[in-house]
Formats: sequence, C-alpha cells, structure tokens
Amino acid sequence: MIGITSYGAYIPTFRLSRDMIAKAWGRGSLGGERAVANNDEDSTTMAVGAVFDCLQGQNRRDIQGLFFASTTAPYSEKQISPIVAKTVDLGNEILTYDFANGLRAGTSALRAAIDTVGNGSATNILSVAADCRLAYPQSDAEQAFGDGAAALMVGNSKVIASFEGHYALANEMMDVWRKTEDTFVQTWEGRWVLGEGYSKLITKAISGLLNKKGIDPKSVSWLALPAPNLRSHRQIAQSLGFDMKTQAVDPLLANIGDCGAAHPLMILVSALERAKSGDTILLASYGDGAEAFLFKVTDEIVQMKKRRGIEGYLNTGIPLATYEKYLSYRNLLESKPGEPFRLLPSATSYWRDQNSILSFHGSKCRNCGTVGFPIQRVCYTCLAKDDFDEIRLSDKLGQVFTYSIDNLAGRSDDPVVVQTMVETEEDKARVYCMMTDCRPEEIRVGMPVEFTFRKIYEGAGFHNYFWKCRPLRRGGK
Amino acid sequence: MQSIKDRVAIVGMGCSKFGERWDAGLNDLAIEAVYEAYQDAGVGPKDIQACYLGTVSAPLTGIAGTVASEALKLRDIPVIRNENWCASGHIAMIEAFMAVASGIYDVVLALGVEKLKDTGFPGLGTGRGMHPVIEARRTSPGSFALLATRYFHTYGIDPQKGKEIIGKIAIKNHHNGALSPKAHFHNEITLENVMKAPIVAWPLGLYDCCGNSDGAAAAIITRTDIAKRFRSDPIYIKGFGVAMDSMIPHFRPEFGWTSFDAMVKSSRKAYEQAGISNPREEIDIAEVHDCFSITELAIYEDLGFSPRGRASEDIESGFFTLEGGLPVNTDGGLKCFGHPMGASGIRMTYEIYKQLQQKVDNPKRQVKNPRRGLSHTFGGPPQLSAVAILGNEKG
Repeated sequence: MIGITSYGAYIPTFRLSRDMIAKAWGRGSLGGERAVANNDEDSTTMAVGAVFDCLQGQNRRDIQGLFFASTTAPYSEKQISPIVAKTVDLGNEILTYDFANGLRAGTSALRAAIDTVGNGSATNILSVAADCRLAYPQSDAEQAFGDGAAALMVGNSKVIASFEGHYALANEMMDVWRKTEDTFVQTWEGRWVLGEGYSKLITKAISGLLNKKGIDPKSVSWLALPAPNLRSHRQIAQSLGFDMKTQAVDPLLANIGDCGAAHPLMILVSALERAKSGDTILLASYGDGAEAFLFKVTDEIVQMKKRRGIEGYLNTGIPLATYEKYLSYRNLLESKPGEPFRLLPSATSYWRDQNSILSFHGSKCRNCGTVGFPIQRVCYTCLAKDDFDEIRLSDKLGQVFTYSIDNLAGRSDDPVVVQTMVETEEDKARVYCMMTDCRPEEIRVGMPVEFTFRKIYEGAGFHNYFWKCRPLRRGGK
Repeated sequence: MQSIKDRVAIVGMGCSKFGERWDAGLNDLAIEAVYEAYQDAGVGPKDIQACYLGTVSAPLTGIAGTVASEALKLRDIPVIRNENWCASGHIAMIEAFMAVASGIYDVVLALGVEKLKDTGFPGLGTGRGMHPVIEARRTSPGSFALLATRYFHTYGIDPQKGKEIIGKIAIKNHHNGALSPKAHFHNEITLENVMKAPIVAWPLGLYDCCGNSDGAAAAIITRTDIAKRFRSDPIYIKGFGVAMDSMIPHFRPEFGWTSFDAMVKSSRKAYEQAGISNPREEIDIAEVHDCFSITELAIYEDLGFSPRGRASEDIESGFFTLEGGLPVNTDGGLKCFGHPMGASGIRMTYEIYKQLQQKVDNPKRQVKNPRRGLSHTFGGPPQLSAVAILGNEKG
C-alpha cells in the first residue's frame, strides 16, 4: 500500500485584518483576516516549519527524499530542498528535488513522491510546499492571498491515507502568471480566468477522476477543494453534487488566505485532521491545468502523534498591528536599515558550520554529559577534546533564562529586538538568540519557548538563515 | 609566579577632554593626552623606549601601532597594539608594567585612544564579536540588560524597584561627573529623570547607559628604583589581574547572569599581588567599569566591595559616594566621563593617580588621604576583566 504516512502544516503567527487593508485604501473589505509571514520568514523557513510538524513521531533515517515546491523560492538558481533537508536534519543519501513555476507545484511534488515510492525508488519521501506570493497593493488579491506551508510524507508502510487514484489535465492559457522580473501576480480578466480557466478545468479534473474510479460524489467523505474565493468554492462543489455542510472541507480562505502552491496541501492536511478510518478524501488542484487525487483513510490514522497541523497553527495567531508593517515586511515599503552588521558572512564558514547553523546541533560530551552550543570541540565543563556526540536542539523545548528588549538593534519597521538566553529543558544547553513572533510585554524569565528557523539577514549576497526562539505555540492535537 | 608589587611606578599621566570631539581625530586625541603625560613626567618623545597602545574600533583593523608612529613620531621603537574590547587600554598599560618589570625597558608609554564619533552611528554598533549568523542582532545595552533582568529575578526584586536601585548609581556618577572638568557630561540628575527616561533596552533606560565619547589617556611608566628621578610623588603598582571568559558566556552551561567569573578572578589575582584580604576596607577609592548602571552593581559584588546579593544596601546607604566608605567613580565614571573604549582603563587610572597624589583638577571631588586605589575595566559582550591596584607609598 502506498500513500500518506504523516502530515504537517505551518501558518505564520501574524494575521492581518482585511478590514485594515480595506481601510488603508478606502475600499471594500473581503472580511476575516489573512496570514502574513514575518519579516524573518520566507518560503524556505515556512517549509521547515511544516516539515518539523510532519516529522512528529517519524524516524528521520527512514526518509529517502525531500521534494520542495513553491512559486516564491528565495533563489531562482539554487535548490531549496537541500537547505530544508539539512535544516530538518535528514541524512545526505537522499533525493532532493524542487518543484516550481505554477500553482500546482505542491500537488506535483506530492504526485512525484507517490510515484517515486510507487516505482520502488524509495520507501519514504517528504513533500513540502510553501508560498508567500505578492499581489498588487489595493487589489482584491492582496486581501485574498495568504502565506503558509504544508508537508506530507509519502511511504509504503504505516499508511494513514492510501493513494487510490489520480487524474490530470494540461491546459494552456494566460490566466495567472508572473514573468521572471515581476513582483506581483498578473491576471487576465477575472470572468474569463474563473469561467474558462479555474471552474471548467477543476470540474473536469474532479469529474474525470470520479468517472475513472467509477464512484459517485456522494460516496466521497471529504472534498479538499482549493478555490480563489468562497463563491467559486461553493459553486464548484454544489454543481458536482457535493454537500457543502458534510463533505466540503473549509477552503481556509476566511482566516488564512490563498497560499498558492501550498494551498491544496494545506486543505488536504485540514481534511486529514478530521478524517476517520474508512473515509475517502478527494483533493483537487488548479494551475495551468488541473488534477485530482483520491485517498482512503486507514486505521493507522489513530496512531498519529500530536502535532499542530492547520488547526493548531490557525488558533495561535497574533494580529499584525498595521497594514504598513505588512508592506515593509514584504519589502514593498523600503525600511531604513538598522546599523550594518560588523561581521561579514562567508559562504565557506556557513558551509563549514552548517551542523550548528542549519541542523542546530550541539555537542554532548561523552565524558561529562555537558551539552554545548554551537558544537564545541573542547568541553566547557571537563575540557575533554573531540569527545562528543552531536545532538539536535531544534526540536527541544526551553525556557527564557534572561532577556532584554533592545530598542536600538532592529530596523526601522521593527526596531525592537528581544535578545534571549534560552536554557533547554532536557540538556540545560544554553542558546543565545533573538525571539520572534512575540508580544514583548508578555516575556518573562521562565517563559516556555521553542526554536524556529528564520532568515537572519542578507549579507554577502545570500540568505543567512539561523534559529530564533518564539513563545511556545500551544495549539494542536 | 611573582607579584608586580612595588616594582613599577607611574611618573606621568595625561588625559584628553572626553566627549563628542567633532574637532579632533584619533591622532589629535592621542597628542592631547600624551603631551600632558610628557609634561607631567618631565620627559619628551626621545625618552620613550617602547609604546603599548590600546585601541579598538577606529578604524576597525589594519592600523597596527601607527597612531604612535604617525601622530607622535615615535619611530624606531616597538609599538605594541592591544585589542581586548573595552579593556584594551587597560591591558596595554598592564603589558607596559610587565615590560618595565622585566628590566628590558626603563621608560615606557602606555596609550589608550578611541575615536567613536566618526562612524555615523550612536552607540557601538550592532553585531560584533562572534559569528555573522549565529550572533544575535544586539547592541551593548541589550547585552547588559540580560544581566539586569536575571539579577532582579534571582534576588526577587521588582523591576521598577530594581530600576530605582541602579538609578541611584547613575545619580551618583552624574554628581561626580558634574565636578569633573574633562568629563563628557556635567549635569546632575534626579531619580525622577532616571525613571522617566526613554527605555534603551528594557530594563535599562537612557541614564543607565554610559556616554559614547571620544578620548585618550596616557601613562609614563618606569622602574620604582628610578621613579624619583622623575618626580617626588610617583604612584606605585601594587598588583594586577586579567581574566578572560568564553567568547560569549551566553552559550556556557550554568552561566548565572548575576555575576561574572572574569571579574571575580581578575580582582582576586590583583588582591593577592597587592596583599589585600578585605577590599571593602583596604581599597580607599575605585574607578570601575560602569558601562551600564547594572554593571556597576555587579562589580560591587564581584570585586568584593559588597556581600553577594546585597549591593543594594550599600547603594542605599551611600557607601560608594564621595563621602562614603569607598568612593567609586569619583570622576563620573564611564556614565559621565564617557567611554572611548581603548582610553577608558588608562583614564580611570589617571583619576586614581591624581587622587592618590591629592592633585585632582577640582578639589570638590578630592577624596581625603587615599592610600590605595583600584581601576577596573570589563570588556566584550561581556567576558573579559582587568584590574590594577595602585598606591602612593611603598610597602
């Protein structure tokens, strides 16, 4: 049996009220709120967040590939999948492929993972999609879009949702695109895009799969249908004969927004969160064509370890204070840079120290047990030399040992930097880092925190990623 | 290991005006301090056999010892540059003590100089020291605020009350600075000023932070046995200590954040050399590294001036004021005199030297008959400490 063996999601902490966007432009609001990536987040860091969620209860050594999908990869020449794989601490004898250039990139990665396991090339492949797309300020899409990520593990044992079928259609039309040099998503006239593009193609893909499998819409337990808006979602579901109340999974538009290539997978995760053994899930996806997947949930679903998923992340948001912050977080309003860093990054030192910087390994002394971070060749406590095991700190919880709220260290749109001394609960390792996604007035000594992978800054012409801490997000089941 | 006690003496010192010296470059500041020191010792450039130079940041690297050879024309002698963050000048001076004690040189110049106000930024900048990526985006106030937060937490002090306690240190140093002509700031402040001041890095406000200044200080150092050839009242070196901790102790397991091993160890080594067993009683005056008010509080405890966890009692009782049992930072300290890093340790020693000679430039801050004084610097983010003890008589 081949299918999904684990799932995870990531939704950024900050949520921007659509009324606030509307008010800034003196126009109508779509209502609700949208998820906004912090200024230290991008598709790489959000993908890492979703993969960590998906890895709950999984053995990293069993994973033989990581497929990354996005239309907003932070590099146009350089794979993101190896960054994510190294950061989540997979081995190096793995497949790393990136999928890009279309809104079906996420489901393409999922389909490729299914085929890779299906043809015997691997037993477990992680597929992850993340997106952080930009719409023109003042446009409907600015309100409708959101930022987020989802990850699915595909394997051939302990399958929680078996792969039962797939149907795909290619379609060429200039409905939605971004040229290489474009910042914002471009579209042709909306009625044509929706009528001849989305509605026609996604209907054909879903009915094509139903016909191929010889099943009736009524027998499908959950319809995971991404849509550009709630009206289209309802129209498509109802016209195909699905019941909105009992079958259609919430398309996550009201409170997260359309997360591009990640969106279909996020809705699939949401479906898996509510599915029971024996349920069937129909997943659809649109972009330069359309495709549909059929999954059947197994008894293994009850074995899933606790994770945040869509539900957990959805319920732990913090309102973003202003629309202007959103603009500057996305570099649409240029903010005055903070003081220049006095230390220049170097690709060689970044490469040499990647076990500490990316995989977030510390050293545990074999002689006295002291855990040092970054990796210490000479033990802090007993001075033993080169006698340690590397241990992963990224998924350890910690507490604030001490902190300061530095009003000078940031940049003009985010002047406050919370310096934090974290002590991990388990090994009492000390990690000195910045705190992100927080309300500074709520920070206390002893506050529980977790680590989160972030973009620190851009020096030497490349993205400098490292870890920060954030107040523990308590959602999930 | 031998003690340095009474083997070396300072016979001349100079100190530039500290402050926002838009008028002066690095070289001008060095000339101002060194020529005062020459005059004080009755020597000239041709008498200097070696120069120990402490400077940190301007320009960051690549100037070697050329401040001395360019500005002062001290050519054809060794100029040894020391960079140890805020203790740079202090440790350069200690190296000069050792060079003289070794017998290799008879007359040595120690010079600390820093030009901070050419960078275009207030403060010392962001992100220095460890690693371009692992380094948190931090400033100095943010780093030392970590100490305040943990100290208040450990001793159960409400942060507002804690701010009042350390605020009194700033009030004291502003009072002393107002009596100090060469200091950067000369304004008295009140507790209300302290509590209402803008927050720089919680819980530290504006008046908890030292001045960001330009300045230079210099010392002429010689052997004790020939010191009286230069002047009748040389000041003798009684002991010193220097200690370094990890690059940043933030990552060191079990680091407590209320106290710093480097301060404890460096001061104990200096006391041992000087034969001091009870610093609270035996030190008459001290110039310590009050880069932030909370740092001065930690110093009281780490240097053994106050019992552990009880510095606040001495602050409340005025023990460290000009009239108190152990006057600290009589010239205004880093808070008011200013903190051009490389210059600070020698500037502190200048105040001790003048106090021990009873020759302070404003008699209103002259301490009565001090015999032994201490200067102390604390460097980095923080991990490096240097202490020197001086006396006005042998034995």
